[in-house]
Amino acid sequence: MQAQQYRELVKKKKPTRNSFKNMFWAFIIGGAICALGQVFLDIATALEQTKAEASAVTLAAMILLGTILTGLGVYDEIAELGGAGAAVPITGFANTVTSAAMEFKREGAILGMGSKMFIIAGPVIVYGILSGFFVALIKSIVLGLF
Amino acid sequence: MQYLIAFLIGGAICAISQLILDYTECPPAYILVGLVSLGAILNGLGIYEPFQEFAGAGALVPVLGFGSSITSGMISEVKRLGWEGLFTGAFEITGLGLAASIVFSSIVALFRKPYK
Repeated sequence: MQAQQYRELVKKKKPTRNSFKNMFWAFIIGGAICALGQVFLDIATALEQTKAEASAVTLAAMILLGTILTGLGVYDEIAELGGAGAAVPITGFANTVTSAAMEFKREGAILGMGSKMFIIAGPVIVYGILSGFFVALIKSIVLGLF
Repeated sequence: MQYLIAFLIGGAICAISQLILDYTECPPAYILVGLVSLGAILNGLGIYEPFQEFAGAGALVPVLGFGSSITSGMISEVKRLGWEGLFTGAFEITGLGLAASIVFSSIVALFRKPYK
């Protein structure tokens, strides 16, 4: 088969994405998770003294929720439908950590689960801290905080 | 009302991410890394905190908020400790969630087998 024909065949056989539908479900699922997060944020704001603490507790509560739902096998179903709507909220971050922990447990407790737990979530932490570091450094110099 | 705002803003962030994901066909990890860095930068520019004030969990819960929390933790620790804060501050707000995800994920993995 010629390369040209092959490319045409690939183009024809490739499943067509329904972008609008994907976006719709990402919106609904992502929005619902954030609205649920608002419930935790309201409770945390009432209980904690500072905004930073309330944010921390809310993030932890959402992470716990994501972990439990992943353990029950529910989150994978949500992610199937929601796509980015399930991946972008912090619950999706928890989902990747928990599913990696479950997945790599079979390779051993230390070299499997221990080293590969953050195999998907790792880049988010690494680049989050790197960009945060440089932004905070520049801001501290500009504001003269040192 | 705040719930509706959180729903709309959070949903919009996810929908835009889905759109980028569909059109560029890059791995989802790229989007997450992009969002966390964007959150950190927007916080540094002083944009994200007023936005979070308005949108509540709609701004906090997406990964953007995670990046923003890293920067704001660093800045508040720099105010308290000096240069050491640039390092200790990374986990000021996010540390609770990170440690929690390690502990709870390990417990879940202990009792659960992978599904697929």
